[in-house]
Amino acid sequence: MSTRVDFGRRVLVLRRRRFAARFDWRSVVICSVLALAVAGMAVLALMTGSFQLSPGEVVSALTGRTSGLVRDIVVEWRLPRVAAALVFGAALGVSGAVFQSTLRNPLADPGIIGFSQGSYTGALIVILVVNGTYWQLVGGALIGGVATAVAVYLLAYRRGVQGFRLIIVGIGISAMLGSLNTWLILKADLDQAMAAATWGAGSLNGVSWPQVAVGGAFIAVLLVLAAMSSRPMRQLELGDDAAAAQGVWVSAVRLGLIVLGVALTATVTAASGPIAFISLVAPQIGRRLTRSAGITLAPAALVGALLCLAADYIAQHVAPTPLPVGIITVILGGGYLGWLLITEARRRL
Amino acid sequence: MTALTLRRPSDPGTVTVSGSRRRLIGLVIALIVLLALLVASVLIGSTAISPAVVWKALFHPTDDIDQFAIRDFRLPRTVVGLVVGTALGVAGALIQALTRNPLADPGILGVNAGASFAVTVAVGLLGIRNIQGYLWFAFGGALIVTLMVLALGSTRRGQSPVMMVLAGVCVGAVLGGAGSALELTNPDAFDAMRSWNAGSIVDRPLDLVWPILPFFGVGLLLAFAVSGPLNAMALGDELAVAQGVQLVRTRVLAIIALTLLAGGATAIAGPIGFVGLMVPHVARWIVGPNQRWIFAYSVLLAPSLLLASDILGRVVMRPGEIPVGIVTAFVGAPVLIALVRHKKASGL
Repeated sequence: MSTRVDFGRRVLVLRRRRFAARFDWRSVVICSVLALAVAGMAVLALMTGSFQLSPGEVVSALTGRTSGLVRDIVVEWRLPRVAAALVFGAALGVSGAVFQSTLRNPLADPGIIGFSQGSYTGALIVILVVNGTYWQLVGGALIGGVATAVAVYLLAYRRGVQGFRLIIVGIGISAMLGSLNTWLILKADLDQAMAAATWGAGSLNGVSWPQVAVGGAFIAVLLVLAAMSSRPMRQLELGDDAAAAQGVWVSAVRLGLIVLGVALTATVTAASGPIAFISLVAPQIGRRLTRSAGITLAPAALVGALLCLAADYIAQHVAPTPLPVGIITVILGGGYLGWLLITEARRRL
Repeated sequence: MTALTLRRPSDPGTVTVSGSRRRLIGLVIALIVLLALLVASVLIGSTAISPAVVWKALFHPTDDIDQFAIRDFRLPRTVVGLVVGTALGVAGALIQALTRNPLADPGILGVNAGASFAVTVAVGLLGIRNIQGYLWFAFGGALIVTLMVLALGSTRRGQSPVMMVLAGVCVGAVLGGAGSALELTNPDAFDAMRSWNAGSIVDRPLDLVWPILPFFGVGLLLAFAVSGPLNAMALGDELAVAQGVQLVRTRVLAIIALTLLAGGATAIAGPIGFVGLMVPHVARWIVGPNQRWIFAYSVLLAPSLLLASDILGRVVMRPGEIPVGIVTAFVGAPVLIALVRHKKASGL
């Protein structure tokens, strides 16, 4: 005889012979709706452009039933960008979720460990000083970001890394690099400075299949690792002592999660510049939509993908002049989270 | 049978007295450092001027070119540094006490975002090009946006700090995005904004600073008035209410003080980051959690950091200068990191 556990919410239990899982009903419904919205948004983005297509044409091009011009437009021109927006958005959402849950701070994202500022510094040096190629830019951003993250971690390390100390050291190093970046922009000539600032805002311009394939492969591996670590993540949310009492090796798990979060953001930043705000806002939106107690990964990934797709659509087709996608993600994400906050406040009255 | 020895704590009375004497001595040292930096800020500059000439310029003015440099450049920027630094330090202490989040800086409730956006609009759309023109835009933008954030983050039961911080981040993001869209499509605005965004206390005529001073005065008074209730609120909202603290009134007064101080400082100098973030942390590690002491130390330490950074910015790249907003992080961050590593730094 089995006793039923009351989780306080409706749950969906799946049992197979060697596998059992319990899902929250609301999360399942919300995630399905989000996945449909992502698919719809992707088809819409594939339809739109100077050569307008119908949904049917897009689907038949994707399934390989058409060839010629329509196939080239959809698969060769538009799909890389759409795929990049989808995959990068999801990666950023998960990266933010990992950071916010590990450090238990709703303001935490990979930016606080100095990664974004560091990669911007690396890119600025390549653009303004070396005047390098695309792949040199990728390298510069990666080296700058990773070196900064490592420096922050080592400076915060003193018989283990404690969340508060990591945040403070991150603030300090980020502030220094931010100042350096301001200085580089201030001293550069105007055209170069604007080009660098466009990269710094995060842009999917000129993304092609090789970059999406390389980035996507990395991200796929990292997402699997993230999904596997969702249980210790939830235990860390209880606090270091409680997690340790449950048998979690706190410092190792935290280091692993931080490396994971930074690696996700690093991949995206190297390919497209630091697309701001998705990692900060997607976990918060996901959590509010599913009304879950903590930060969960799947809603964060789906919200991130949707946000990035919608923002890129608006940046390309709705804005009066084409803009970097990062500017729109900031406006869209900020506005939507604000709206959620208002409705949440009204509901609690 | 072994005697159970209870170690009596030393008499609480003497502990407090010696504790506050130590804090008082620290305060006097901080005051001396600040005074020394004020003098240094007038004496040191990109051109070497002898102390005798400086003395003459201040007390026996003539039409000499060196005296002109002292009176019209170094003296105003020293005064501006003192005023702006003080305001930023107290504003930072207020926001950290209010939100209990170590990532919170005075700009987080939308002050910087509002000021920056208003200046971007003034520069990009209205074609205003000088500080006289956009000073009041910046101040107005800061005030309006903080009020918006306050409204967004409030429920009928009062304000939750987390809600206010998130609301500030949202409003800041939307305005920041709109601002950069405007800048990236308008090279003139981009050019003006990249220097405004660096944060500087040069070329701010004192005539511009005087009208802001009354706002600073009100802000400082309010800050010290709410320091007692904020101490009680550090124990948690319920305990604070039990002690007779009016939560809503305290929070609203603290936010008004914060906005006047940070908004005024940003209007004068542009968004100078890090001072308001770092100084209250350092003050808290020196004096412990009492807000009154944290405010008092912030009043002295923040202008010291700002003036030291400004002096350094004048001498490292002679004859050129680095804007103070860029130097503060390079002066302050190593100190902050060393402290958080070697002291038993407390959270909030």
